[in-house]
Amino acid sequence: MLRDKKPFHFIKLRKIWYVISILVIVPGIISLFSQGLNRGIDFRGGSLLDLKFNQPTAVEQVRGVLADFGLEGASIQRSGETDFIIRTKELAEDENLAVLQALDQKLGGVAVQRNERVGPVIGQELIRKALLALGVASVLMVVYIAWRFEFKQGIAAIIAILHDILVIIGIFSIFQIEVDSTFVAAVLTIIGYSINDTIVIFDRIRENMLYRKKGEALEDVINNSLWQTLARSINTGMTVIFVLVALFLMGGATIHNMVLALLIGVSSGAYSSIFNASPLWYDFKKMEERGRLKGAKA
Amino acid sequence: MKWDKLLKLAGIIVIVAVIAVLAVKPVFPDVKWLPFAKLIKQGLDLQGGVHVVLEAQDTPESPVTSDRVKQAMAIIENRVNAYGVAEPIVQQQGDRRIIVELAGINDPDEAVRNMIKTAYLEFKTEDGTTVLTGRQLKTATEGTDQSGVAEVNLEFEPDGAKIFAEVTKANVGKPIYILLDNQVIQAPNVQTPIPDGKARISPYASLDEAHNVAILLRSGALPVKLEVMEKRTVGPTLGADSLDKSIKAGIAGLAVILVFMVLYYRLPGLVADFALVVYALLMLLIFAALHVTMTLPGIAGFLLSLGMAVDANVIIFERFREELWAGKTLRSGIDAGFKRAFVAIFDSNVTTLIAAAVLYYFGTGPIKGFAVTLSIGILVSMFTAITVTRYLLHLVAGSNLVRNVKMYGA
Repeated sequence: MLRDKKPFHFIKLRKIWYVISILVIVPGIISLFSQGLNRGIDFRGGSLLDLKFNQPTAVEQVRGVLADFGLEGASIQRSGETDFIIRTKELAEDENLAVLQALDQKLGGVAVQRNERVGPVIGQELIRKALLALGVASVLMVVYIAWRFEFKQGIAAIIAILHDILVIIGIFSIFQIEVDSTFVAAVLTIIGYSINDTIVIFDRIRENMLYRKKGEALEDVINNSLWQTLARSINTGMTVIFVLVALFLMGGATIHNMVLALLIGVSSGAYSSIFNASPLWYDFKKMEERGRLKGAKA
Repeated sequence: MKWDKLLKLAGIIVIVAVIAVLAVKPVFPDVKWLPFAKLIKQGLDLQGGVHVVLEAQDTPESPVTSDRVKQAMAIIENRVNAYGVAEPIVQQQGDRRIIVELAGINDPDEAVRNMIKTAYLEFKTEDGTTVLTGRQLKTATEGTDQSGVAEVNLEFEPDGAKIFAEVTKANVGKPIYILLDNQVIQAPNVQTPIPDGKARISPYASLDEAHNVAILLRSGALPVKLEVMEKRTVGPTLGADSLDKSIKAGIAGLAVILVFMVLYYRLPGLVADFALVVYALLMLLIFAALHVTMTLPGIAGFLLSLGMAVDANVIIFERFREELWAGKTLRSGIDAGFKRAFVAIFDSNVTTLIAAAVLYYFGTGPIKGFAVTLSIGILVSMFTAITVTRYLLHLVAGSNLVRNVKMYGA
């Protein structure tokens, strides 16, 4: 059994895990500062037309019609021969109608699959609400963990969560995948998922601390706990990933990016709960100990 | 073999199988609430429809007041009801915003345009004086004249009818201008005085068009200018397509989980699979009973919760295995495993619930739906893992059907 052999020591190798995390996060942060995120209309404000033409249609034809309305700068995305997603600046209702009528008449009939219009105020509100939600959720979780476990574990768990958020946002920035309001939901869900994972491990540490033998080092208690919960961590991660992969491959295009964010987040969450949260807590404990020693000397 | 326990087990399996069939297959077409999966309300993104956020804007003539916003809401409700869709939602948000949701509507964009139209009806004489406005209008209905041309029939209130009689009498041979939102839509010549307060506007291209004008006139003028802040429309085909795709994806994901659990955890895996089916059925029942609106992100939340429901079982089984390795008997192993796993399941799920609650509080529309299904999923999964799985596992172990501990994953 792997858990009995313990091929490596989770805590002794923790510097390696930290380096891996940093290697994944840093490019994302650089990208975030240099090219930012590909913000969808939910954040920027604008209009989106998801159209199905009756006949095979070329991007140039669509752009030609849009040019009549001064919308040649619109982003036109074609999938299949007849399906188009067009993103423009915000269009008022009569403008929107005029564009749709022109496309319908000049290009041989069109069905509107989706039509979205978001004012710039809404986008700002979304960002504000998302950050507020993130802050409130983090505080509540630290409070809960501090109550059920200990404050330092709460902080370690929140750092692991920040890690996951940075991984998701970083990857979305590097590949310039569009972010919309469902992305916010995905990130918040990952917070819930990742902390769930971390708590199960902390629970085992809490239990093992009760049965800690005299002279047993803290790093060994944590290491044992991690190995004991490893099968569960992997199996749960896998079952969730099964569902998400199915949704990613077979689910509709509308939730594609949301599911992608969840997939990245679940993988990152599984990693951070094992390789970041507990080792970080160990480091915090060490700092506390050193502080106490210093205090005792002085 | 203990036949009584075996019989119980078989009974439970049969009952769950029957409920599962009733949930999705129309076995009794006469019973209205069956199959109950059909009772679950579908969100706008699944059945098609429109979600729009309107905001009242200050204008020199009519600054925004809370009374005006309330009036505007009532008028919009009126206009929206005329479309005859099931359960339209008209809600105030904050001081000056109105949220409108219409499901299963054919031309959602048109509905939005009609919502924000001021629809101010005026009758003017040749010299430009306004003699009548929409306020003096009693009803407006669409209809056709003898030759089948669509028209809108107007009937004035008594005071309006009196004025109309005088005006038509004074203007015989001259035109009267009918303006809708400051646009002349008709300028008929008065042929004879009209004493009964009934007038007609025609022609319209179709009865539908006449119907729309009639709705606007009937529901009166908006007391305040409304601007669209946010609009999301989904056509019915895209909605049906999304629903179809996510159901298929869900079944595929679930199938893989079921197989994985049996392969890895053997007999307990099979029990967990059964518990997972019970879980899914319970969720459907709750969604139907609580009238939870299912949205696309909501389905994703539900499927994600399947993974979490499995997690509770995984935690329990890992503990159970440890107890068996430690030399415990099956039955005491089950109890010890559940007891020790409970704390972990409880604490980890509470933290996830915190995230879901925050999401619900700050989210809007489909995001709220996602938070709701995720939360219900977490609660129900804790319940099924702790009660259903445990009961079944005891029943299986107690029936002596399988005694080899290897089959329990040890």
